[in-house]
Amino acid sequence: MAYQLKLRIWRGDKSGGEIKDYPVEVSEGEVVLDAIHRVQGTQAGDLAVRWNCKAGKCGSCSAEINGKPRLMCMCRLSDFAEDETITVTPMRSFPVIRDLVTDVSFNYEKAKELPSFSPPPRDADNKRRMAQIDVERGQEFRKCIECFLCQNTCHVVRDHEENKPAFAGPRFFLRYAELDMHPLDTNDRRNLAQEQAGLGMCNITKCCTEVCPEGIKITDNAIIPMKERVADVKFDPLVWLGAKIGLRNKDNDGRTEL
Amino acid sequence: MTATDSAGMEDRHPMTGNAMDGNAEGGMERHTYDVVVIGAGGAGLRAAIAAHESGARTAIVCKSLLGKAHTVMAEGGIAASMGNVYPDDNWEVHFRDTMRGGKMLNNWRMAQLHAQEAPERVMELEDWGALFDRTEDGLISQRDFGGHKYARLAHVGDRTGLEMIRTLQQRAVALGIDVFMECTITDVFKDPSTGSGQVGGAIAGAFGYWRESGRFIVFDAPSVILATGGIGKSFKVTSNSWEYTGDGHALAMRAGASLINMEFVQFHPTGMVWPPSVKGLLVTESVRGDGGILKNSDGERFMFNYIPEFFRAETADTVEEADAWYEDKKNNRRPPELLPRDEVARAINSEIKAGRGTPHGGVYLDIASRRTPEFIRKRLPSMYHQFKELADVDITSEPMEIGPTCHYVMGGVEVDADTQESAVVGLYAVGECSGGMHGSNRLGGNSLGDLLVFGKRAGEAATAYAASLGAARPQVDDADVKAAQASALAPFEVEGGENPYTIQSDLQQSMNDLVGIIRTRAELEQSLHEIEVFKTRAATMVVEGHRQYNPGWHLALDLRNMLIVSECIAKAALAREESRGGHTRDDFPGPNAEWGTKNLVVNLNAAGTGVDLHEKPLPVMPDELKKYFETPAAPAPTKEA
Repeated sequence: MAYQLKLRIWRGDKSGGEIKDYPVEVSEGEVVLDAIHRVQGTQAGDLAVRWNCKAGKCGSCSAEINGKPRLMCMCRLSDFAEDETITVTPMRSFPVIRDLVTDVSFNYEKAKELPSFSPPPRDADNKRRMAQIDVERGQEFRKCIECFLCQNTCHVVRDHEENKPAFAGPRFFLRYAELDMHPLDTNDRRNLAQEQAGLGMCNITKCCTEVCPEGIKITDNAIIPMKERVADVKFDPLVWLGAKIGLRNKDNDGRTEL
Repeated sequence: MTATDSAGMEDRHPMTGNAMDGNAEGGMERHTYDVVVIGAGGAGLRAAIAAHESGARTAIVCKSLLGKAHTVMAEGGIAASMGNVYPDDNWEVHFRDTMRGGKMLNNWRMAQLHAQEAPERVMELEDWGALFDRTEDGLISQRDFGGHKYARLAHVGDRTGLEMIRTLQQRAVALGIDVFMECTITDVFKDPSTGSGQVGGAIAGAFGYWRESGRFIVFDAPSVILATGGIGKSFKVTSNSWEYTGDGHALAMRAGASLINMEFVQFHPTGMVWPPSVKGLLVTESVRGDGGILKNSDGERFMFNYIPEFFRAETADTVEEADAWYEDKKNNRRPPELLPRDEVARAINSEIKAGRGTPHGGVYLDIASRRTPEFIRKRLPSMYHQFKELADVDITSEPMEIGPTCHYVMGGVEVDADTQESAVVGLYAVGECSGGMHGSNRLGGNSLGDLLVFGKRAGEAATAYAASLGAARPQVDDADVKAAQASALAPFEVEGGENPYTIQSDLQQSMNDLVGIIRTRAELEQSLHEIEVFKTRAATMVVEGHRQYNPGWHLALDLRNMLIVSECIAKAALAREESRGGHTRDDFPGPNAEWGTKNLVVNLNAAGTGVDLHEKPLPVMPDELKKYFETPAAPAPTKEA
């Protein structure tokens, strides 16, 4: 039933701001984004907030709710007691533009650095064949809705702006792993993942996995296997020796190192 | 607040070159391109990729961040007669299904091109990294959907749209196409001294503002491709996001182009009805394709009572036959739950009106009693997640409550079928904002195919036209730029007017009540009257704050488009005195053969304050295509070898 929610929202821009009180009436079944929209419609028409699908599918409405990185559209008010105060602040790892909107261009820049999928020619009948079990590994990672909550929460950059140039973040380790596990890709990006994307800086604390609204096991299924595969080429003494004396490593068949 | 603040931020956006300060003086940003694509959903991205690959300097301009467009919400799949599951499938069958689904009002040439080219467009996505679900043989799997004779939808679980937009986005990024994110186009410019089309003046460019800073931006470009999606935000109960305000429809009209088929609005049969905050949110048709059935509050599987004559020969009339179809399609006909969307939506609406609805005003969609929890979680992971998270409903153990929701507009910019060019030279429209392809009702799965097939065609045609001009390009007139600027700033000039959120909310309620799934003359007349009142109220709406990331201002500008598009829908709906596809008149039940031969065309009136409407004969299908429709109702799919 309807009740008065004690809602607090960070208002401001890059020059600074503050958390303000916006008591607002809410009702059964609503989510934090509904409350934000009601504030926008009735109390603060210029409250800046990103959102699109309101169904947890587009990853636009990322913010920190009582300090926890979440999608506002998937955060139900019934998860909180009615007398509890809910405080909404913008994602902390990205520069604020205004109110709850942050400059997430870091992620779009990192996306440009990643060499794309490179398949061999199609089969003779102009089709491609892959086994379901082989595509499923990549499909888990392609569930990513690019909400950038993993990027926001990752401690490598969360309080270390200086690490950003050398570190692509969990979202892109997911992409490296996806392509590495793609049954048809011909590129070998293991060295790039390590050298350019900063895979080695991740010390697998699993913070990214915890905040992923899609439930992707980023650390266990993408980052750790990717680290193992990098270690294979980089640190395995037998592989090193084999390469030295010119033995052919079958793992590299059909792949070109980038 | 952040580390960068103390480090001092650049005055310009590192990627877009966007000035961050909304109050900055110093003129306007100006860019020159060959092709400017407005919208970055499936259609816009595919058009931009085609334009780039054909050699055009191409820009994508979109209201949201890249990758967030409404295409991500598409769930079911891409209809393409690849024949991976049923080798009998081919473009002719797909073409026939599409025309029959649209109740023969489709532009036959678009339906033909779509059916012919969709399979290769799907294969291209795979070349670019899309990971579709597979058949046993390792080919792209294809699933059943309403109105399609064969299992034909290439899919990825129930998140095909996300896969498609991500694949296209990654392709566009890999090609290095310029993207102007969170940038809204409010006007397109023409040069009156050029152009030989039906309408004077060829396209010279476009005008918009950065949402982030509020600064204005001008594009000089001879080709503009509208790929802005639909109009669903004019209705209260909708599966559409805030972006769906009919921008492309309105931009085209203001430039002098016409819209067709605006009376045809698709109400998807299955939207969530509870809790209130997610009312209208889409529940994919795949639930029914994968075995889900519809029941009323008496527990009756009511769709058997609503099989129309047009589809009787190919629809199962007993529960036994319907249930057997999932396993044996050769010897059984399709369950009535998989009739085209307009039929199912009307049936659900009737059950609810007859008092056989659920506690929250819907009907039951039940897959829990028909499939194992493992099957449901595997095939419908997003639906499982959506109901669990948002409604506390476990769809593997209880039925969903669902009801019709405004989902898609069949109507849009009238375009040439082969090039997607409108009546204005240099102005193209593609995807949901174009009209004709789907006739009076779109089949599920035909939207994603439409985006790809016609996106590519539009990108190539727009590039060829731009290249043909050489140096003699249409010029943007400075006076037009000043006028566009003044128009965009007008809501800040008003004092004491109404807040745009209130007008929008009233418009949505009015459209839902008066121009919804079942229409009558009196209500449509009432609606046109109310739209006039909203237009008057909107003329004096006021926004608070400044130009930097101000959603109130953005809505005020979008609202103008919503109003004009709403008027088009209501006016065309009032004129068409029959029921066909996505247009149902209580006072004119059933289709009328004469109405079946013509489109309704709407234009902006001479004063620019309202819309004019006229009838136009449908393009005539050539004889070699007519043969697919000669038998009154084709043999049931199932009886064929």
